[in-house]
Amino acid sequence: MNSLIIAGLLLVLLGLAYQSGWSRSRGLATADGVKVHSRPQYHGSYVAIWTLVPALLILGLWAWLGGGLTHSFIISQIPAETVQSLDQVGLNATIARIQSIASGYGVAGEVLPYEQTAGDSLRSFNTITFLLVAGAAAVAGIVALLYARSRITARHRARNAVERVINIALLACSAVAILTTVGIVASLVTEAYRFFTFIPPQDFFFGTVWNPNNAGSAGNWGSYGLLPLLVGTLMITAIAMLVAVPVGLMAAIYLSQYAHRNLRAVAKPIIEILAGIPTIVFGFFALVTVGPFLRDAGNLIGLSINATSALTAGIVMGIMIIPFVSSLSDDILNQVPRTLRDGAYGLGATKSETIRNVLLPAALPGIVGAFLLAVSRAVGETMIVVLAAGNSPVLRGNPFEPVATITVSIVNQLTGDTDFAGPQSLVGFALGLTLFVITLCLNIFALYIVRRFREQYE
Amino acid sequence: MATDTLSTGHQASVERTRVIRASLQKRHLSEAIFKGLGLTAIILALGFVALLFTDIVRKGVPAFTQSNLHLSVTFDPAIIGTDPAPVRADGQSDADFQAANLKWQRDLAMLNWNKVIEASLRAAAPAGFEIDTKDILSIAETDARHEVREMFVADPTLLGKTVEVDVLASANAVNWIRGNIDRSLPDTQQQLTAPARALIDALVADGHISNGFSWSIFTNVDSRAAPASAGLLGAFVGTLWMMLIVIALAVPIGVAAAVYLEEFAPKSRLTDLIEVNINNLAAVPSIVFGLLGAAAFINYLHLPISAPIVGGLVLTLMTLPTIIIATRGALLGVSPALRQAALGMGASKTQMVFHHVLPVTFPSILTATILGVAHALGETAPLLLIGMKAFVAAVPATPFDQATALPVQIYLWQGNENRNFFEPRTAAAIMVLLVVMIMLNGVAIYLRSRLEKRA
Repeated sequence: MNSLIIAGLLLVLLGLAYQSGWSRSRGLATADGVKVHSRPQYHGSYVAIWTLVPALLILGLWAWLGGGLTHSFIISQIPAETVQSLDQVGLNATIARIQSIASGYGVAGEVLPYEQTAGDSLRSFNTITFLLVAGAAAVAGIVALLYARSRITARHRARNAVERVINIALLACSAVAILTTVGIVASLVTEAYRFFTFIPPQDFFFGTVWNPNNAGSAGNWGSYGLLPLLVGTLMITAIAMLVAVPVGLMAAIYLSQYAHRNLRAVAKPIIEILAGIPTIVFGFFALVTVGPFLRDAGNLIGLSINATSALTAGIVMGIMIIPFVSSLSDDILNQVPRTLRDGAYGLGATKSETIRNVLLPAALPGIVGAFLLAVSRAVGETMIVVLAAGNSPVLRGNPFEPVATITVSIVNQLTGDTDFAGPQSLVGFALGLTLFVITLCLNIFALYIVRRFREQYE
Repeated sequence: MATDTLSTGHQASVERTRVIRASLQKRHLSEAIFKGLGLTAIILALGFVALLFTDIVRKGVPAFTQSNLHLSVTFDPAIIGTDPAPVRADGQSDADFQAANLKWQRDLAMLNWNKVIEASLRAAAPAGFEIDTKDILSIAETDARHEVREMFVADPTLLGKTVEVDVLASANAVNWIRGNIDRSLPDTQQQLTAPARALIDALVADGHISNGFSWSIFTNVDSRAAPASAGLLGAFVGTLWMMLIVIALAVPIGVAAAVYLEEFAPKSRLTDLIEVNINNLAAVPSIVFGLLGAAAFINYLHLPISAPIVGGLVLTLMTLPTIIIATRGALLGVSPALRQAALGMGASKTQMVFHHVLPVTFPSILTATILGVAHALGETAPLLLIGMKAFVAAVPATPFDQATALPVQIYLWQGNENRNFFEPRTAAAIMVLLVVMIMLNGVAIYLRSRLEKRA
């Protein structure tokens, strides 16, 4: 309620400021022979910015300090011996009761006399501070308004000032991207460092047993070997690429080189639908349809395939990546100059010979880059693996058995309600750091290759 | 001599033609094979899409109907012996009246409303049907008693009257009616006892149980005790909050960042760094953003766990690179003539960008925003890391309340132990999610084609 009033007041003040700057500027322009440097909107915005900043500063200061001030005021209203006799929980309950009385809602049960007086004085305290803060903000705003208004002359460069403010705001927005990266790296590194104070790095990076003791205490943390997870991740990624690369690449070749315009117009968006489907949907599909199907198919030919296995997760992940591979390959095939293709046709090569012997070798670096991007996508994929890979962090090479990956273990170890006190949850950050470094290297390398490829034909 | 060469030359050319003819056949065959492989790939990819959709729809459609039990409920004073509802006295404070009212409701809640349900179920059963209390109550969903109690709280004059009420059949009853569970399994593997199953069949036969469209899936929140009444409303509102946060933050920040980088930034080390950084950020796995949220927003800034505000912030950071890259692409595509014309008329650079260049890119920015939001909508992994794994049975009133989201609800439902019942329900939730996404994408395509035509 109060914040709504303040926001309303602020808007009114801003409107006034803009209007006053605007009208003053218009007033200048009507005089004969005077050329005003900036248009009235800029003078209006100039005054408005000048008004907004001090008012916001005061409000921000109150938002920062106000809570503590109110708290100590309430405590000062409670008799000293009562404060002494109460523990922290009781004190908080008393404060809540007093606030409830002050709000006029009242409390259940008997109201003690000191509570009533404290509530009454808190109400007046709240009113007074609210009026004071709102008044101070308004006064500061108005003073700044008048000052800014007084600076408006025909030669005043309001536009340049406003544009400078806009420029700074834009720069701040692009800094968000940098801050995100800094935040990611800082949080991963600091928390992973804390993890390594519990578990030595060599035990993490070269350990072959993953068996965190989630109820463990010092000396009994369990084993945190990365290798089983890494092998699981790589196995699923390899299976996914075995599905996605042939299908995606051939689909891209067919659509760009052979398909009739109508087929292309229909098939391309439909394949791209796959890219927009949330991964949890693929996970569910893998869990309830693909997994049981593979198990039954395995039984038919005498293979023992688990319903949740590296194979299930890998195949479905491959399906998910198909549009990624095909649209990237499509782009890259289209960038190979026509002259290369026409030269091959002129020598009498068939279409497929041209594609295999001319187009693909020429596009190879770009396609490799695209595949690396797809690999990085597969390595970081989470929900399909959480649902369909079986979560069995054991070092083994059989794709028909359940596995666990880095991402699955992050989800299992970090559920959001931990206080990051032991390696059980901190390991999530060490795993996240590993994942981040792997995908970052893949991405940088892939983008480098793709860029080199583009430059080659530009 | 001359004729000899001629004839050998002729022979050689005939020979060459023969060889070429023979190899041509082979080459055409391999051409056909290659083309066939390409076609197979297309058919496979399209087949996967078709399979995925038909599978989800086939599994999910039954969950949009619910089985209703039609009962005549009697509010028997012998069971509901209670004081009248409190009336507000003069001078009573809000809090005191609330307390009295709550006490009355608590007294009502202490009554055994199951007896009311049991009586009405027995009334509906065929005459002389032998079944004990536990078994007969397993037919109706456990929240039936709350439903009846709330009717009474809302209207205490019902005491002693009989009204027609529809309550939900229990999840296990639904499994039995729909054949989700194998009917030929022996008693020990059935979730319902033999008399309960027989009574269900009898009730279906005489029309006391019938199917209706399940509005409750849209209007109820998640429920653990009463799975048949579990709905998506809480998750839907949670997702809505997060998407509002994403739109409110990611679009202005993303567009501003793109404008700065594309139009104003001096070519320097720093801007190069920002550029590389944004490209990499776009490819960082989403789960890493979840780790950032857990460490920075929850552990460091102490924002509430599993609240839409944290989810919204994490998804905003994840969507930003998409919007920045798309906007930059659109800005790059604006014709230089437009810029030069604006500058030539004496516009400043800022005026040129904001008055002339940016409006032209509006369709692209809008499309990128919708696609980015659609992507954020389906994201699950980062939300799990910020605590959105918890069971929440409430509609979040503010972004600071505990909430779930649609994809998280799907994750939670697929993990429910009553698989037979929740598999269709999960598929139904997926259908809802996909419909929302397809609508968003459709709007993006429609707007793009419309706005581009106008521009």
